[in-house]
Amino acid sequence: MRAIAPRLTMPRPLEPVGRASRIGLGIAFFVVFVAVWAAATLGGFVSRTFLADPITMVMDGWTLLTRFGFAADIAVTVWRVVGGFILASLVAVPLGILMGAYKPVEAFLEPFVSFARYLPASAFVPLLILWAGIGETQKLLVIFIGSVFQIILMVAVAVGQTRRDLVEAAYTLGCGDRSVVRRVLIPANAPDIAEILRLVLGWAWTYVIVAELIGSSSGIGHMIIDSQALLATGQMIFGIIVIGLIGLISDFLFKAANRALFPWRLA
Amino acid sequence: MSKLLIDGVARVFPGVHGGAPTRALEPTTLAVEANDFIAILGPSGCGKSTLLRIVAGLDRPTSGRVLLDAREVRGPGADRGMVFQSYTLFPWLSVAQNIAFGLRERRLPPAEQDRIVADYVERVGLRGFERHWPKQLSGGMQQRTAIARALANDPQIMLLDEPFGALDTQTRALMQELLLGIWERERKTVLFVTHDIEEAIFIASRVVVMTARPGRIKADIAIDLPHPRHYTLKTTPEFSALKARLTEEIRAEAVLAAEAH
Repeated sequence: MRAIAPRLTMPRPLEPVGRASRIGLGIAFFVVFVAVWAAATLGGFVSRTFLADPITMVMDGWTLLTRFGFAADIAVTVWRVVGGFILASLVAVPLGILMGAYKPVEAFLEPFVSFARYLPASAFVPLLILWAGIGETQKLLVIFIGSVFQIILMVAVAVGQTRRDLVEAAYTLGCGDRSVVRRVLIPANAPDIAEILRLVLGWAWTYVIVAELIGSSSGIGHMIIDSQALLATGQMIFGIIVIGLIGLISDFLFKAANRALFPWRLA
Repeated sequence: MSKLLIDGVARVFPGVHGGAPTRALEPTTLAVEANDFIAILGPSGCGKSTLLRIVAGLDRPTSGRVLLDAREVRGPGADRGMVFQSYTLFPWLSVAQNIAFGLRERRLPPAEQDRIVADYVERVGLRGFERHWPKQLSGGMQQRTAIARALANDPQIMLLDEPFGALDTQTRALMQELLLGIWERERKTVLFVTHDIEEAIFIASRVVVMTARPGRIKADIAIDLPHPRHYTLKTTPEFSALKARLTEEIRAEAVLAAEAH
């Protein structure tokens, strides 16, 4: 029976799924999600005051984009996330590699970084407003604080777990200590580091919105808090969905870049 | 003067969790002449890999010293090429880039690197695979690349740590012939660690038998079989006689090792 009607049977555990089915199934859940949402709202099961229906949401979004210059808010938010994240990466990736490669550096920094990692970036917002005002510096700092310690620690762990036999092989081929870092530790872990950056970028989105909810006059978070005062749930949901879409796009770009940069991983 | 002198080298590993220290290697002395192909034969856990790692400079002796061309070994270096049992090709480099790894470290001109790489690709029979990633190669091909990578660096001595241990019997036999063929042409000095008696007799000009832990040298037997050697050698009476003798030497050690574990 299994051979005659393979589409009707349950897949075996760990059995791969084809490309077309993968895309189809991925889209299907979005359809289900919107359908349930539409049924709940348009069917009158949920009060419109608290949850807008999908059609209102799209129309509110359109108004936001055409009449209230929401595109500029989106651009400002993207700029803040990317800016803060790049600053954090520039500091954290080299530090993480140094920590992973040199154990005294790790012994020196690891306890502090582990402690700092648990300091909630959002709790810094009021303090940072005191220090840096409500300008761009404050927004970038929130994202920086939220990302930098995470990246340092994760990169250090990845580099520290480099296969010892590869390092030993490099030494027997004439590498010195600096060469081993440059020619083995960094290229061996580059894909993992890219994956860490992709993950932490996702978290950076949370921090930017929190930073924009408090003390801001622009950005997606600012729009959402403004809409709350007007009970414009359609706009709020549109803002949240925009963040999700941007996340999806950046994820896609990261994955495409990884495929192009590290073809040996997929071989 | 010997090419390589292992002079009273011993290795004791400190005890784990306050346990007794492990004597992996008793003071061992071995002189290796230029162009020697020495197989170090012993049961697993006899310290033969430890000895090789000390020669490579990847591990330090607790006492004794290693002299290469009368200079004491203090750390790993390009003058001692090593092939490991595990697959240690750099996965982010192609076959050609892996073979060129040591050449690039020495900053040879690119044209010179390409010439040497092409030469060794040919010698280990990997033409057409230069641009493959290690992942795309079989185990035998990966070890051939690893041998080419070590040889391309033109080391004073080659150290091979059970390089064919993870391969199937047929591939293994082919790899032995390939390595032997390269040695017959180039006459590099080789230290080859193995636990396979046939492999040791077939490829080496001298077989050093080590005892079960703590390891020390028990016998040092010259293999006077003529070169070039052909795989049919393995069925000759001379080969069988050597095999019987070495089997006797090593069996006692294997029994001891099994009892100790």
